[in-house]
Amino acid sequence: MDSEGSQKIAVASAPEPLIGPGHTLETVTDKISSIVLTRGTTPGWVFGFAIAFCLLMLLNVVITLLMVYGVGIWGINIPVGWAFAITNFVWWIGIGHAGTLISAILLLLHQKWRTSINRFAEAMTIFAVMCAGMFPLLHMGRPWLFFYLMPYPNPMWLWPQFRSPLVWDVFAVSTYFTVSLLFWFVGLIPDLATLRDRAKNRAAQVIYGMLSMGWRGSAVHWSRYEFASLLLAGLATPLVVSVHTVVSFDFTIAIVPGWHSTIFPPYFVAGAIYSGFAMVLTLAIPIRKYYHLEDLVTMRHLNIMAKVMLATGIIVAYAYIVETFMAFYSANLYERYMMMNRMTGPYAVVYWALVACNLVIPQALWSGRVRRSIPALFLISLVVNVGMWLERFVIIVVSLHREFVPSKWDMFYPTRWDWATYVGTIGLFFTLFYLFIRFLPMISIVEVRSLVHETNEEKLHSKLHS
Amino acid sequence: MTENSSSKNSIDLVAARARLAQQGGKRFWQSLEELSDSKEFRNFLENEFPANAERESDAEGINRRDVLKLMAASAAMGGLGACTKLPMEKIVPYVRPPEEIIPGKPLFYATSMQLGGVATGLLVESHMGRPTKIEGNPEHPGSRGGTDVFTQASILGLYDPDRSQTVVFEGRLSSWTDFIAAMGNARTSLAAKGSGMRLLTRTVTSPTLGAQIRGLLEKYPEARWHQYEVCGGDSVRGGTRLAFGKPINPVYHFEQADVVVSLASDFLASGAGHVRYTRDFSSRRDLAAGPSSRLNRLYVVESMPTNTGAMADHRLPLRASEIEDFARQLAAIVGVSVPASTNTSTAKVPANWMTALGRDLSSRRGSSLIIAGEEQPPFVHALAHAMNAALGNVGKTVVYTDSLEVNPVNQLESLRELVGDLNADRVDFLVILGGNPVYDAPADLNFGSAFLKAKLRVHSGLYNDETGELCHWHVPAAHYLESWSDARAFDGSVGIIQPLIAPLYGGRSAHEIISAIVGDNKSGFNLVRDYWQTERPEKDKSFEALWETTLHDGVMAGTSLPPVSVPLRSDFVGQASAPAAGDANALELVFRPDPAIGDGEFANNAWLQEVPRPITRLTWDNAAMVSPATAAQLGLRSGDYVALKLGSREARAGVFLVPGHADNSLTIHLGYGRTRAGKVGTGPGFNAYLLRTSAAPWTARGVQIEKLGKKYAFASVQHQYTIDFEGHPADEESENAFRRDLVQIATLEEFRKNPDFAKNPADQSTKGLSIYPGFKYEGNAWGMSIDLNRCVGCNACVVACQSENNIAVVGKDQVIRGRSMHWIRIDTYFRGGLDNPEMYYEPLPCMQCENAPCEYVCPVGATTHSPEGLNDMTYNRCVGTRYCSNNCPYKVRRFNFYLYSDYKTPSLYAMRNPNVTVRSRGVMEKCTYCVQRINAAKIRSEEEDNRAIRDGEIVTACQQACPAEAIVFGNINDPNSRVAKLKAQSRDYSLLEDLNTRPRTTYLARVRNPNPEIHG
Amino acid sequence: MAQVFHRSSNMISRASILGALLFLGGLSCALWGITMSPWYTEQNVTRQQPVPFSHRHHAGELGIDCRYCHTSVDKSSFAGLPPTQTCMTCHSQIWTNASMLEPVRASYRTDQSISWTRVNALPDFVYFDHSIHVSKGIGCTTCHGPIAEMPLTYRAGTLYMSWCLECHRQPEKYVRPKAEVFNPFYKPPANQLELGRQLVKEYKIQSLQYCSTCHR
Repeated sequence: MDSEGSQKIAVASAPEPLIGPGHTLETVTDKISSIVLTRGTTPGWVFGFAIAFCLLMLLNVVITLLMVYGVGIWGINIPVGWAFAITNFVWWIGIGHAGTLISAILLLLHQKWRTSINRFAEAMTIFAVMCAGMFPLLHMGRPWLFFYLMPYPNPMWLWPQFRSPLVWDVFAVSTYFTVSLLFWFVGLIPDLATLRDRAKNRAAQVIYGMLSMGWRGSAVHWSRYEFASLLLAGLATPLVVSVHTVVSFDFTIAIVPGWHSTIFPPYFVAGAIYSGFAMVLTLAIPIRKYYHLEDLVTMRHLNIMAKVMLATGIIVAYAYIVETFMAFYSANLYERYMMMNRMTGPYAVVYWALVACNLVIPQALWSGRVRRSIPALFLISLVVNVGMWLERFVIIVVSLHREFVPSKWDMFYPTRWDWATYVGTIGLFFTLFYLFIRFLPMISIVEVRSLVHETNEEKLHSKLHS
Repeated sequence: MTENSSSKNSIDLVAARARLAQQGGKRFWQSLEELSDSKEFRNFLENEFPANAERESDAEGINRRDVLKLMAASAAMGGLGACTKLPMEKIVPYVRPPEEIIPGKPLFYATSMQLGGVATGLLVESHMGRPTKIEGNPEHPGSRGGTDVFTQASILGLYDPDRSQTVVFEGRLSSWTDFIAAMGNARTSLAAKGSGMRLLTRTVTSPTLGAQIRGLLEKYPEARWHQYEVCGGDSVRGGTRLAFGKPINPVYHFEQADVVVSLASDFLASGAGHVRYTRDFSSRRDLAAGPSSRLNRLYVVESMPTNTGAMADHRLPLRASEIEDFARQLAAIVGVSVPASTNTSTAKVPANWMTALGRDLSSRRGSSLIIAGEEQPPFVHALAHAMNAALGNVGKTVVYTDSLEVNPVNQLESLRELVGDLNADRVDFLVILGGNPVYDAPADLNFGSAFLKAKLRVHSGLYNDETGELCHWHVPAAHYLESWSDARAFDGSVGIIQPLIAPLYGGRSAHEIISAIVGDNKSGFNLVRDYWQTERPEKDKSFEALWETTLHDGVMAGTSLPPVSVPLRSDFVGQASAPAAGDANALELVFRPDPAIGDGEFANNAWLQEVPRPITRLTWDNAAMVSPATAAQLGLRSGDYVALKLGSREARAGVFLVPGHADNSLTIHLGYGRTRAGKVGTGPGFNAYLLRTSAAPWTARGVQIEKLGKKYAFASVQHQYTIDFEGHPADEESENAFRRDLVQIATLEEFRKNPDFAKNPADQSTKGLSIYPGFKYEGNAWGMSIDLNRCVGCNACVVACQSENNIAVVGKDQVIRGRSMHWIRIDTYFRGGLDNPEMYYEPLPCMQCENAPCEYVCPVGATTHSPEGLNDMTYNRCVGTRYCSNNCPYKVRRFNFYLYSDYKTPSLYAMRNPNVTVRSRGVMEKCTYCVQRINAAKIRSEEEDNRAIRDGEIVTACQQACPAEAIVFGNINDPNSRVAKLKAQSRDYSLLEDLNTRPRTTYLARVRNPNPEIHG
Repeated sequence: MAQVFHRSSNMISRASILGALLFLGGLSCALWGITMSPWYTEQNVTRQQPVPFSHRHHAGELGIDCRYCHTSVDKSSFAGLPPTQTCMTCHSQIWTNASMLEPVRASYRTDQSISWTRVNALPDFVYFDHSIHVSKGIGCTTCHGPIAEMPLTYRAGTLYMSWCLECHRQPEKYVRPKAEVFNPFYKPPANQLELGRQLVKEYKIQSLQYCSTCHR
């Protein structure tokens, strides 16, 4: 308690530094670039990558089976036409959001602390969206006809059916992916140049050279760089809100009890950021440990992210409560039954697990001690990831399996292939992520260097005043 | 010629052999096996219990599948997307065009199908020589345009690739010529008077066949003719013999009856004339006249709930053996002097029941009707006749005619005689025409071993089945759609059976085989024609005219049997053996033919296997069915795998709980557990015949149940987890269904007080509210009305739809996964506890909503709104997101999760309706109101200078098949159309009206007519 | 340290960006071209037939009515292909030993059908009905092209859905007087549009464009 107090005072008087003591521009660059250039391929990395890659191959198998035999290999049926596929889709898309939020919104808000985490947060976004993007294709009965969803001139003189949220998804997700990718890449350019210049072997020089698109760090380059970042940030910011809103339309537009709800858009966006930050933590904590980045990704970063999680978590909790309240207050037969069925029906376990994961456990983050305990944070972040997946499962499966006409009530039981698809995309995600941390600077050298500069200035100021 | 045929046969069989060799004889089901997980499927078939997690077992199935083939298939399906080059097609005209065939236009021919010897008249649709669809024949008294599941599914039976395809001699290939030769030898080796010759047939009503057999018996006086059929109506014959001294044929007139009492008779779904009886009965459930209309009242006492029981205004579950006591009491009340039963079992009958029923009956003298069930002993039938006589119903609601059968015998005795002769080695030459006694003869007769004593055994049947296998000669029988014959309807009217197509597999009709045995090898056509040339009624008139009109109408004028007046024997009561005073606690076992596959005859018909049985909604299985109370008492739960022990005999079955089943009683359906039925029929379920003895053919006392500690997975399409929920039977589905007003019900009194009871005022006020401008429907606006008061839940519509729309079969495993494909389903709900609930049917096709939730969510516009109000489903545009199905509140959409349609079996190509796309994998499908029929009618009408389409010109497949006329389709923009008038009735309501989907399919609420004295 | 790339590579990179865009554009154009090409649609491609039957000769020069051979065109969805018998009505008298007609005679002798190669084939999920089109004043040549000038028969239209809709959206552009339906030399008059509009009214032609018109 006492220490708690002193801590607070400390925080109040002078904010914890965003970067460990004794860092100069030189050391920062060394530290980050060395991970890619000099550290080489460590056994730990190989081990992790191998596992991820195996899972990716599993995904490969599943996709082949899907193409050859059809979606029947999953447990879906009538009434439960959507299950794991769409659950995973929403889950992955949600995870993506943290990256965009950090890199875009916080940039516009001049949040300095974002600098050391935004790079891999953005990478996470892109990989997550890639995983998400597969599901709308895979879940189709005839995926080879996916192009029917695109507006393109065709000899049938037909357009997609623009009233359908699935068509909106196509645009939302593809836009999201494009912008995120551009944003990420633009941010990478100066660092790629750094790597180019520091790379010892020719191949690396050439590759990084190509990627860095002739960056020389001239004043013109810098001004354009700043301008482009700002522009893309401006573009990305509305996406943070819009993408998951559109995704939520997939449900709200339908008349299914448990889907047809006006609070979904804000509730989904909050949920997305919630799960996104959980995922950032899940990634950041092991990485900073393994690569000894504690002084770049500091306790303060973790602390702030925990607070964001807490905040969004509360919004989500509020949504749950309102949903439940409305189900009964509306006096709508179907709504009420839907809610009772969630709480007491065959899938009640899942529902209460979700409440535990998303509502109860994260409340521990109120305590500063928990926020500063790395194992606790890691654990909670994992719990929230699980919880958010369960939330989507409850919304999709538990609403569908007992709908309006009781004679067509049925159960959904996942098959081994349902699981394989899910685990497979996790494999894809981590495969890409391992490649990323191995071959690209996982922390923005440029921006962290700017931090060094400022922190030194602060030091100077305090000297002068004393 | 002979060379040809023989060589042809051999070629066929070589090919067949090869196919079987490479495919392990799974050709027909291959596609299905690819869908349903094969190993799992085997489990169901062989071990009879699934591994615990039957839903996570695709792997093995997939490994066993032929990847390349399916890849090719998916490429082909890509073609559906119009994104591949069309294949080069050949087109082959006739050399000499046949008469009256216009390519692309179907023709209809009249014929009849026999069930237990009794004919139902049919009109068969034929596309360029291929029969594709069966419809009822309005001219025929046994049909009046209605059909049942058996007739509807018989088209699949015709094309069944598992039918036997060649003559077989001692397991080896042979030919018809060899057979004829062999018969010649048999004749010579036969004693002059033909002693030692035995003929075993099923029930024969065909005059021609009768004449042939008589001819044969005249030629060989010492030869004997036996008839055996499991559901051959022995007790009906026995009852009349008991009551009138000779077997005669009761014909009922339900349209005349105000009060009907069924003593465990399922007259709406089985037995002679059930299709016609359904039509007549439902005509008395009609409320067109509104509150003033007079309904009949139906009382049913039965053990196992049946279609008839579900229609009852008062239903009383009694064990089969207690029904006789009930009958005795009732008889005493209506004035038949009969010693009241010694049993106390009828204590279950509520006190006011008997008296009220008695009063109801005696107040309706001459317009009441008492009918006993085929599974009841003859004495109960006799009592029923006596009661009808006492109530003055004879000649009004009941008419007696001479028997339909050529030779009405007690078939069980007839079979026993045969077995006796066999065991005494008195049989040298046994001919079995149809039937499968080795499988379905009573267990105690050991027919299988006895008949091996016959020196020469000849079998003819559609399948080379359990019996055919053990015969020296097997001759493939011709399907009724392939052969000439004739048969009597329930009232005796003769219908000529004419072939729609030449025998696909070289089958021969019974006529031809008898004629081969006699030695005058005549063709079926000549035999039938010659017979009627000499035997025709009104001989003065020209035969040709009669023949032509008969073929055209499907029924021969003036052949219905005249009523006979026979005095009731006063002394039959004395002769009756007093009912066995069995102890009331002993568990009773009741045998019944399966509602879909009958006595096993249709076991290889996948449509019938997959049609959900009435009440239980069970597919692909029979079960040990008990009431929830009895189950609780015996500590059984639904799905327990048990051994049923009856004396030394044992059978193993899964337990299935049936609400409304009599306590202390256990019903099992016959026809399952076949060992040589074909790829479909071999395997599923268990063989109930193992427990069935000639002493107790229908009801056996004292069966023991022993739990085997395993679970059996049933493929029931409803009530999956309602009963036996935490051990407490609870039917959450029905409970919620009624809370949601899915089924609107009132008693007649309530209806008279408030004719609009089915309309929810709140919904009426908000009706039509929408922020969008609604569609304008000029011209036609198609709609459907389904009368819940008429529907008897017989499933005819379900199978008719399957046949009309090329709907695929998915197999047990897929049904368990909730993927059955029927476009129309008969939802079944229970009201009022599970001991004796009221039961309600609700046929549910696509509602064709005007505000269709499915339409606006489809990303590619594969389901769209037509200006006539249909929700068009465009299969070739569908990419299979299943969003439409998620958003369909009625869940009437069906999805091809795998490649369900059989693209492999050539014989099935010919069966399909050429006017409906065969759906491939990954495509959503649903009821379209038979849009192919709508379009055909529209084209016709416009070509006839743009006249309007007449009301009733378009008849959907379900409407056409419905024996109860419960379904009416038409143009709701035309105020004079039948459907518009029905929708104008006060009982009209739509499902989930509060969702404002504005369904085009609406329902007429159910109105029960209970007896106030009982109802209270 | 030494530059990895020469200055010129800037130019290359700019060019490659442009090139990528051009490539994508070109690709889509190419795809569209293929979809529309006769190779893919089989439009205007004559087919090998067992007998080199000439519509020009029979329908054009001899002026045999379409319905003489395609008997069910005005009765049924299927126009009907002449049975060998129909050919033999004339060819038992004329060209009785022309070698090119041997397959026909063989067919008649052996009772084995001649198997022609289909020229106009729609996918199995499209349900087209000849009789209604004919009876509403849509001429044979409207869809089958200048059949009377075809020595060997070829597909005249792409048979794409757009091709069908072209007429279903504006029937007045194609409808002709019923009397002219089977006239293989019919040329639309100068005032086609106004004549068309009038005929559309007269024949009560609806412009049906909802899915179940053709797909079920």
